[in-house]
Amino acid sequence: MTDTTQPPTATDDKSGPIARFIRQTEIDTRLLGMLGALAAIWIGFHVYGAVVNGFGAFLTPRNLWNLSVQTSSIGIMATGMVLVIVTRHIDLSVGSVLGFCAIIMGVMQVNILPGILGLGHPLIWIIAIATGLFFGACIGAFQGFLIAYGKIPAFIVTLGGLLVWRGAAFLVARGETISPVDETFALLGGGPYGAIGGVGSWIVGILGVAAVLGLIVFGRRQRKTFGIAQRPVWADGFLATVGCGAVIGAVLLVNSYPWPRGIVRRYAAAEGIEIPPEGLFISHGFAIPVLILVGVAICMTVLMTRTRFGRYVYAIGGNPEAAELAGINVRFMTVKIFALMGFLTGLSAVVASARLGSATNALGTLDELYVIAAAVIGGTSLAGGVGTIYGAILGALVMQSLQTGMVLIGFDAAIQQVVVGSVLVLAVFLDILYRRNSK
Amino acid sequence: MTDSNTPLVELKDISISFGGIKAVDHVSVDLYPGEVVGLLGHNGAGKSTLIKCLSGAYQKDAGEILINGHSADIQNPRDARDYNIETIYQTLALADNLDAASNLFLGRELTTAAGLVDDAAMEAETRKIMGRLNPNFQKFSAPVSALSGGQRQSVAIARAVYFNAKILIMDEPTAALGPQETQMVAELIQELKKQDLGIFLIDHDVHQVKQLCDRAAVMKNGKLVGVVKVDEVSTDDILAMIIAGKKPAHLAA
Ligand SMILES: Nc1ncnc2c1ncn2[C@@H]1O[C@H](COP(=O)(O)OP(=O)(O)O)[C@@H](O)[C@H]1O
Ligand SMILES: [Mg+2]
Repeated sequence: MTDTTQPPTATDDKSGPIARFIRQTEIDTRLLGMLGALAAIWIGFHVYGAVVNGFGAFLTPRNLWNLSVQTSSIGIMATGMVLVIVTRHIDLSVGSVLGFCAIIMGVMQVNILPGILGLGHPLIWIIAIATGLFFGACIGAFQGFLIAYGKIPAFIVTLGGLLVWRGAAFLVARGETISPVDETFALLGGGPYGAIGGVGSWIVGILGVAAVLGLIVFGRRQRKTFGIAQRPVWADGFLATVGCGAVIGAVLLVNSYPWPRGIVRRYAAAEGIEIPPEGLFISHGFAIPVLILVGVAICMTVLMTRTRFGRYVYAIGGNPEAAELAGINVRFMTVKIFALMGFLTGLSAVVASARLGSATNALGTLDELYVIAAAVIGGTSLAGGVGTIYGAILGALVMQSLQTGMVLIGFDAAIQQVVVGSVLVLAVFLDILYRRNSK
Repeated sequence: MTDSNTPLVELKDISISFGGIKAVDHVSVDLYPGEVVGLLGHNGAGKSTLIKCLSGAYQKDAGEILINGHSADIQNPRDARDYNIETIYQTLALADNLDAASNLFLGRELTTAAGLVDDAAMEAETRKIMGRLNPNFQKFSAPVSALSGGQRQSVAIARAVYFNAKILIMDEPTAALGPQETQMVAELIQELKKQDLGIFLIDHDVHQVKQLCDRAAVMKNGKLVGVVKVDEVSTDDILAMIIAGKKPAHLAA
């Protein structure tokens, strides 16, 4: 069995410095492309605002902090949608399931639990969330069961779910808005109190830097153990610098966004602190929903890249028949994947309704489209088998940046829809070109 | 220890149909340790379908499978693997988006103490076995969609050989290979035979079957035409069985 591949070194001298740089750092070129697109969007909106409106509002700590919070809900669901799309399915029901879970949690914490435990009981928010996550996971598992064992296409099952769960959300609360949510629950949606402050953010930042350095050192050790070629030291150094720089930059950014004056005044009065004449600078720090998203992203990345479950997800997407022949229980995997999607939708419902401070049965309307768009813009292939968690989150950030940017510069809703829709199509087209050229 | 008089595998009266088509119709074949049994027949004769009943890909409608003389219940590919049955499918059954190591260990990943997949260890093992089977193979980090037909075939062969199979099913394993690579597969089969494996070999090349196999089973339209010892027949006899669908008169006795 011969094979005609040339050793990789044979092409070294011919490639330019950029290609060599990318190869030696082993950076994903798609990731670079997405970061480039994101930078272009951010700078574009900022400059447009500066030139046309006389004030660039995009690249400010306030806007970027809000952007991070707004991205959380879609981002959490997009990580689950990656698994669904990678296995050649689709989930059109996530927006409605989000609304349903939010209503269930609202009813639990406003109408049911206070009567049993007493108003303001510390367990209320925990039980409410557990109920919401449970319902989300069960709905997902049920839909997955119909798809896997009933052989009904996912498109149909979740299209039905789109209507069913929105209707069910209405029926549960008779169309009423349920508020106010539990005080602790509300923190999970962000806002000045729903952020971890300056010191907390530095602790998170230090953990982040340690993780970046740890991963690089661990990677080198692994490669040494198994005799796989090392990245050059400068390349690892470069990656470490960029990684740590990004973490520290994020901490500096969220810490430079202060609490609004009114809230500082109320807080100072409550705590008996005297406000100095120049004012009191209290940092927001990372918002809790953003930390939830980061936690989800880490868990999902480990799941997809380091566990058998993730390996099977990709294998099923690449060749469902081969996966079955390799002894993978494809149908049960499908149930688990949709259950996970439902669980993440429940989590997203927590963030979305906590942020709103109430639960309405319209919550999450059209979210399915943004979630699918985020995953697809992030490089998840609808043909199956390909997709990454970080890509989906970047995709969510791109979508949200477009939306926020257009609001900031005063585009109306109609133009926003036109732009977001066009960007989705354009992104997929670019992705197809990219794949064709990298073959 | 198994007695050499007990077949390793007995397929007894196997039948399976799809819709109205009887793809396999009351076929019985057996296989002894250290033996290679060739399966021959036109396209659509039912060879792949028959062995898929043994590998767990299909569930037979009727009949019995005995392994080492004991009735075996094979409902799915996992069950077959538990009986140390490994299969090289005609379609290769590779996940195109995964690399060679992930395909080789699919469903049986090596894990670290923490239960996470150990990609480095799997790649190292893959390098070892590919070094034996296909020393020129270098594309360890590329998805197998980037490999040539021969390279893909060698990944599928490596997967079947790596896990110490006792029963090996090879469905047209040399279809995508050139003459030199085909020769290497022939040598591999001889080597595995010496290790007392039983091998079902589906192959279109009658000369190759005569060279590699001990016995040949010929199928036509889902039915078994007959099983012959290759040393006792000519290639023309085998060809006649494939084409006419019955044993030549001088063998029929
Ligand atoms: N999954 C299936 N569904 C329907 N018909 C099938 C299926 N698998 C095989 N067949 C039919 O069974 C017959 C035998 O096919 P096969 O075993 O692949 O033949 P061979 O491997 O000998 O070329 C063919 O008529 C084929 O169309
Ligand atoms: Mg066949």
